[in-house]
Amino acid sequence: MALSGMRGLSVFISDIRNCQNKEQERLRVDKELGNIRTRFKNEKGLTPYEKKKYVWKMLYIYMLGYDVDFGHMEAVSLISAPKYPEKQVGYIVTACLLNENHDFLRLAINTVRNDIIGRNETFQCLALTMVGNIGGREFAESLAPDVQKLLISSSCRPLVRKKAALCLLRLYRKNPDVVNVDGWADRMAQLLDERDLGVLTSSMSLLVALVSNHHETYWSCLPKCVKILERLARNQDVPQEYTYYGIPSPWLQVKTMRALQYFPVIEDPNTRRSLFEVLQRILMGTDVVKNVNKNNASHAVLFEALSLVMHLDAEKEMMSQCVALLGKFIAVREPNIRYLGLENMTRMLMVTDVQDIIKRHQAQIITSLKDPDISIRRRALDLLYGMCDVSNAKDIVEELLQYLSTSDFTMREELSLKAAILAEKFAPDLSWYVDVILQLIDKAGDFVSDDIWFRVVQFVTNNEDLQPYAAVKAREYLDKPAIHETMVKVSAYLLGEYSHLLARRPGCSPKDIFSIIHEKLPTVSTSTIPILLSTYAKILMHTQPPDLELQNQIWAIFQKYESCIDAEIQQRAVEYFALSRKGPALADILAEMPKFPERQSALIKKAEDIETDTAEQSAIKLRAQQQPSNALVVTDQRPPNGTPPPVGSLSLVKVPSMSGNSDYNVVDQGVNQTNGTLSKTDSQPPSADLLGDLLGPLAIEGPPGAVHSEQTAVSGVEGVPSAADAAAIVPLEEQTNSVQPIGNIAERFHALCLKDSGVLYEDPHIQIGVKAEWRAHQGRLVLFLGNKNTSPLVSVHALILSPSHLKMELALVPDTIPPRAQVQCPLEVTNLRPSRDIAVLDFSYTFGTSVVNNKLRLPAVMNKLLQPIQLTAEEFFPQWRSLSGPPLKLQEVVRGVRPLPLMEMANLFNSFRVMVLPGLDPNPNNLVASTTFYSESTRAMLCLVRVETDPADRTQLRMTVASGDPTLTFELKEFIKEQLVNIPGASRGPAAPAPAPPKGPAIPPDDPAALLAGLL
Amino acid sequence: MGIRFILMVNKQGQTRLAQYYEYLTLEERRALEGEIVRKCLARTEQQCSFVEHRNYKIVYRRYASLFFLVGVDNDENELAILEFIHLLVETMDRHFGNVCELDIMFHLEKAHFMLEEMVMNGCIVETSKSNILMPIQLMDKTS
Repeated sequence: MALSGMRGLSVFISDIRNCQNKEQERLRVDKELGNIRTRFKNEKGLTPYEKKKYVWKMLYIYMLGYDVDFGHMEAVSLISAPKYPEKQVGYIVTACLLNENHDFLRLAINTVRNDIIGRNETFQCLALTMVGNIGGREFAESLAPDVQKLLISSSCRPLVRKKAALCLLRLYRKNPDVVNVDGWADRMAQLLDERDLGVLTSSMSLLVALVSNHHETYWSCLPKCVKILERLARNQDVPQEYTYYGIPSPWLQVKTMRALQYFPVIEDPNTRRSLFEVLQRILMGTDVVKNVNKNNASHAVLFEALSLVMHLDAEKEMMSQCVALLGKFIAVREPNIRYLGLENMTRMLMVTDVQDIIKRHQAQIITSLKDPDISIRRRALDLLYGMCDVSNAKDIVEELLQYLSTSDFTMREELSLKAAILAEKFAPDLSWYVDVILQLIDKAGDFVSDDIWFRVVQFVTNNEDLQPYAAVKAREYLDKPAIHETMVKVSAYLLGEYSHLLARRPGCSPKDIFSIIHEKLPTVSTSTIPILLSTYAKILMHTQPPDLELQNQIWAIFQKYESCIDAEIQQRAVEYFALSRKGPALADILAEMPKFPERQSALIKKAEDIETDTAEQSAIKLRAQQQPSNALVVTDQRPPNGTPPPVGSLSLVKVPSMSGNSDYNVVDQGVNQTNGTLSKTDSQPPSADLLGDLLGPLAIEGPPGAVHSEQTAVSGVEGVPSAADAAAIVPLEEQTNSVQPIGNIAERFHALCLKDSGVLYEDPHIQIGVKAEWRAHQGRLVLFLGNKNTSPLVSVHALILSPSHLKMELALVPDTIPPRAQVQCPLEVTNLRPSRDIAVLDFSYTFGTSVVNNKLRLPAVMNKLLQPIQLTAEEFFPQWRSLSGPPLKLQEVVRGVRPLPLMEMANLFNSFRVMVLPGLDPNPNNLVASTTFYSESTRAMLCLVRVETDPADRTQLRMTVASGDPTLTFELKEFIKEQLVNIPGASRGPAAPAPAPPKGPAIPPDDPAALLAGLL
Repeated sequence: MGIRFILMVNKQGQTRLAQYYEYLTLEERRALEGEIVRKCLARTEQQCSFVEHRNYKIVYRRYASLFFLVGVDNDENELAILEFIHLLVETMDRHFGNVCELDIMFHLEKAHFMLEEMVMNGCIVETSKSNILMPIQLMDKTS
């Protein structure tokens, strides 16, 4: 056994190792800690070597799980030691023991800084690593510029720079406000030209952090990432030391592909092509080999490539290759690959159009649900949950229910929650939904939360057709010998309300129902008794003509509970007893419960909360947010009056308790604490507060969407676009609707102008999502109409008001959207000629008594028909010169421009697909850009743009636009002007500045061609 | 941030090395290590190398009596981490020559030096074994 250089340490470790039990270990540790304390106290006699030894002992003791706070100071003080061995221990142990908020760290800050800016490389490395691991705000404030300098310094060796990259990463991530990364896009792009793979590996991590926040700023890094990936995939210039089992640094390959997933699109066709070549090679060329390590490493790369392909929304062919690969993986025996196959298939669900292929693997996935390995079962469950829709809900949910009885404890809760959610979301018919939930309660009652049975009650109450069926089912379950208490609750509630509908069936007379429920009373807890009492009162009320024997029996029970210690039980007993003596009047008081207002399912909300638990924004999650879900998404429902819901309002479905109901009706009885709130008769937003819930349904007269007039006014402001907005488009909707949209319609539209999928419109009843694909002058928009309610939306009409330059064909929109269903309506678009006019969707539906009508602008706008194109100076200038003067080349001075730094303006141009060509114009204040426009009349036509800005006055600029078609030139110029004067997406107050004068002064005398010629 | 912690635990469940990249109190560490040991050590060879725990994943690998457990974020590339563990073991092998549990116990500082060169702030810094071992070799030479 080789002993450590420090004998005392080795002896101590041996002692610990020889301890027979935890108690002995504690004694030995205590003795050592006592020793270390005394030695530290008389510091005078301590050599640096001894100090180092004790600090290591402390780390060892800390690892064993003992507190060593007293020694923190000693560890920190070693950082200032002059010699490397002590300094190293100081840095490493400090990073292990302390956290960024520790006061002692402050003492070291000067030493750390001196080490970082000093000339000793090894000291630099130690200091950078420690700051990289635990550096907090103060470190960021005093060190960030030094670290940045080191990272890009040409005199610095790779071993220092790789640490500087990750050190900067921490400082930036912890304090983005302190670390100045302006202008870092260029630096990062330079860093990526680095040959050293160590520096590249850490720089790539830094890049991921930077692009995840501001991808648009770092677009110049994108082609470099692709280059790095090509270099690795082709194994060019990769030193042997970085090749792992024949694979060029799999970790750098993975990291690079991760970075690429943060860029939403790859505009440049050449870059895109190169990347797809690499990806294709990885997808096709990864074989299964004998060597485990090689196999793992190559599959690590393969799985990352799969994620990237999914992200890029590649061509259909490549996608189906991916699904085929995953299908193969989920069927193999090797558990790691199977696990990852299932996991990635779940991610694949976010890609449209592959769901059907994934569904073919359903049987295979269900097999994995029964795998002995819980990790695999979890993945299978998640995948089944994700792939479930109306078409396969029955199969999947029944499979889950079956599995529930044999599954282990740790999974039951998740399993039952997921089964309940799926049953609710995709029920082909509601009686099936009731069946599922009752089975769920029967099989796993302990794991069925109250939310689940509240929801059933809500569905049954709101759907008259369902009531007799639910009552029959509840009655059947009561016959079972030992039923779960939740089953007692739900069946008692349902039978109390609806058992009279069964009266003629055998075993369903009031008396039978009462006695079978009453049998359960001795077995239930105090929280259930009030429900049973309500049921008895209701049974009594429904027994016509009155049955004296039954009445006496029930009265006896009420009397018994009149002196109950539990206030809720006592009160109900007293009240029901008094009420039931009122004879026929009882019928009015104890009438059937009113319908519940439509609300978001508490379950689905809960599931969403769980999903948003992890704070870190991952590429995959970001993607998920951009995607209109295929499943019906019930987002945060804003209450109809526009005020935010009270904190904690999860819109739990509460079953109105009987006492609340009766109080409201029998005012003379009103000796009740709930009485005070009865004056509240305005429409309440759904709230978690019990009283609000009790009264809510009673108070709302009309359908749940009704609102006050002044609220319409308030949200009207929100919905109406600002003046500048309206100027450019069709007059917006007459806001007569009583149903208010959720979110700002104008903002949603603007967002969709720049991306291809998202939500176009949403209100409490419906969500309209759009996903668009554009190819040259043609586009295909799919409208996703999702009914958020548990009742159907009827009289659904959609009409496209298309401007003359667009030929639009909308597929048939069904008249009715079933409850909680989503329909997809494709809309084909052909662009005939250049124009800025905008198509409008005139959409209406009826919910309850309210007719909702909206005119929504469709994101079939001019920039969708553009395709960025990269031109070199040799290509650009001849074109520019050949298009001389109006009407093919138009120039205008635009005033009232929203001031923007040039960089941001370039980003803005790129975002609407007019590609800025950096470096073409020698004047740094000018931008030159190019794009291709597609229409049937012009075909593909090159457009050139030049913008000259005045650094002294950013509110004005001169713009020149040229193309081979006069209309196109004019329209494109006007379009760009609109974008510059009025930046979409930015929050504009109601008092937005008036739009700039539509026409600038006449074209200045100097000829644009001459102007540019001067530049050449 | 990628890697949250690296643990080396023997089959009796004793921690032989612990390196965290996010701060946890002593109690939190003890609880976490206990839970992980209970979950992972009971698994068989036929089961996969990934265990989901709380809101992250544990990627683990067993070498003789020693388990290497790495806690990562949910969206980390699992196989890349699995092979990173192997790279760590190979690096230790190169230094110690047929590394065993005792080497790591008695040379805790060396193991830490190596990790320090390989991982920083939860990200991979270096994957070349000779670069990783360079500082240690320098030190051995001078002492």
